[in-house]
Amino acid sequence: MTSPRAAPVILAATLLLALTACAPSAANPGRQITVFAAASLTAPFTQIAAAYEAEHPGTTIALNFAGSSDLVTQITEGAPADVFASADTTNMAKLTATDLADRPVDFATNTLSIAVPPGNPAGIASFADLARPGVKTVVCAPRVPCGAATATLETNTGVTLTPVSEESSVTDVLGKVSSGEADAGLVYVTDVRSAGASVQGVPFPESTGAVNTYPIAALAASTNPALAASFTQYVTGPAAREILKAAGFGTP
Amino acid sequence: MAPPDDAGGVPAPEIGCRTPAANTTATSSASTTSGHSRVRPRRRPGPARVDAVPRWVLGVAAVGALFVLLPLVAMVGRVNWGNFLELVTSESSVAALLLSLRTSSVATLLCILFGVPMALVLARTRFAGLRLLRPLVLLPLVLPPVVGGIALLYTFGRRGLLGETFELLGIQIAFSTTAVVLAQTFVALPYLVLSLEGGLRAVGTRYEAVAATLGAAPTTVLRRVTLPLVLPALVSGAVLSFARALGEFGATLTFAGSLQGVTRTLPLEIYLQREIDPDAAVALSLVLVVVAVLVVGFAHRGANPATGFLRRAA
Repeated sequence: MTSPRAAPVILAATLLLALTACAPSAANPGRQITVFAAASLTAPFTQIAAAYEAEHPGTTIALNFAGSSDLVTQITEGAPADVFASADTTNMAKLTATDLADRPVDFATNTLSIAVPPGNPAGIASFADLARPGVKTVVCAPRVPCGAATATLETNTGVTLTPVSEESSVTDVLGKVSSGEADAGLVYVTDVRSAGASVQGVPFPESTGAVNTYPIAALAASTNPALAASFTQYVTGPAAREILKAAGFGTP
Repeated sequence: MAPPDDAGGVPAPEIGCRTPAANTTATSSASTTSGHSRVRPRRRPGPARVDAVPRWVLGVAAVGALFVLLPLVAMVGRVNWGNFLELVTSESSVAALLLSLRTSSVATLLCILFGVPMALVLARTRFAGLRLLRPLVLLPLVLPPVVGGIALLYTFGRRGLLGETFELLGIQIAFSTTAVVLAQTFVALPYLVLSLEGGLRAVGTRYEAVAATLGAAPTTVLRRVTLPLVLPALVSGAVLSFARALGEFGATLTFAGSLQGVTRTLPLEIYLQREIDPDAAVALSLVLVVVAVLVVGFAHRGANPATGFLRRAA
């Protein structure tokens, strides 16, 4: 049984604990950087960071993955990041325009692929098949990067899609396809590869008409610019390129 | 709270403090927690109130209130007022708002249709398993919306439990406005049931018993006695269901898709605009907050304090 006097003390202690729990441990500040990377880079960047740490003992690469525009918002709001790897040039441009990022370098490219549920129940074999009556196609909304690429392909091929849904992200498109709700979806080649057996990819030749470029840059606010520059250089180097290639990314 | 005799040296007045100052603050804090944000010192006539709280409780309560209010203030601070009207009256914004109002209204009607009988069963009947049934019925209240979406997907989706049957009947639920309404009804129904069940318990069964002894049939008692008595609770429950439906996001996103005018409700439009035009997302968020505040304010005002949902839930 606690006395009434103890209650405020316990409350204050709890609050203090909650406030201090998130303070980062400053064990090795000079040897650690935080990399903000687009969600589509999750698998390859985890490998690249591990490879970099192995080659540079004592360094730590902390990774934070989210949608590129979310990351830009976080960086603009002052999140402690040293490097930003974007899934498109538009989002990187938002940072260079405000001098938050410095001299971005393109390090990978990505193209669209058709994703279908396992077994391809609707028998999708080409881009034009997506516009067939009765086929439930899900795409990204025209104003998000993957949707912009989709719109470019529609213009290039003269095929007009009538999607049943225009999602905000490729993840949402993949979800609709892997659950079998949609017959087909347009996502990136790398998404199909990382989704494993839950979806099947249907490559189509017209996809080369819309290439998405991934830039990386060290951030102006970095507390460790040397390490940030070193890692940025590593991502554009041969070892990282191999990892990116294995994940389905192209070379810029 | 420990009993006073356990406190040892702590003087008893600490608990039942009757100074006018303490009384005033206690009254205003009570009005804050029950929904009014205005701090309005009111002194009530009659005997001093015994529900005064220790002062440290007020301090912690203030921190809690700030935690809820500050993010709203921060958001309002970010609104780009220069093009606010332009942003909220764009074609996609209006389409999303109209769709949201339409689907939420239908969802609320469905909630009333199914929720009233459910509340009656929970409040007025006794049978084995009732104690288990209540938490199950109220489950969507605590379920993460995305989980609700996945559950709905496996029920009404194309490959779901009932989906194939619906498909054979020629009813397409996936990617239709129907899917939005189903998702909204799913998450909003417990609000109506909870509110009405509280109302039913508060008014008791005396009038119903009298009506029955006077020869009224059960349906007549329900129509002429029970429902009029719990009307305030029903209204507040319906309004809260509407508000919850209006804010529905997770289940809709998972289950219904996102297409302008068909399935892209206001929360989904905000989610999309956040990717494209953060200014528009903030402006639309404010619209949603204003609608929600109006709705909750109306529910609280319209409801009898004794049977109101907010009091019952507290």
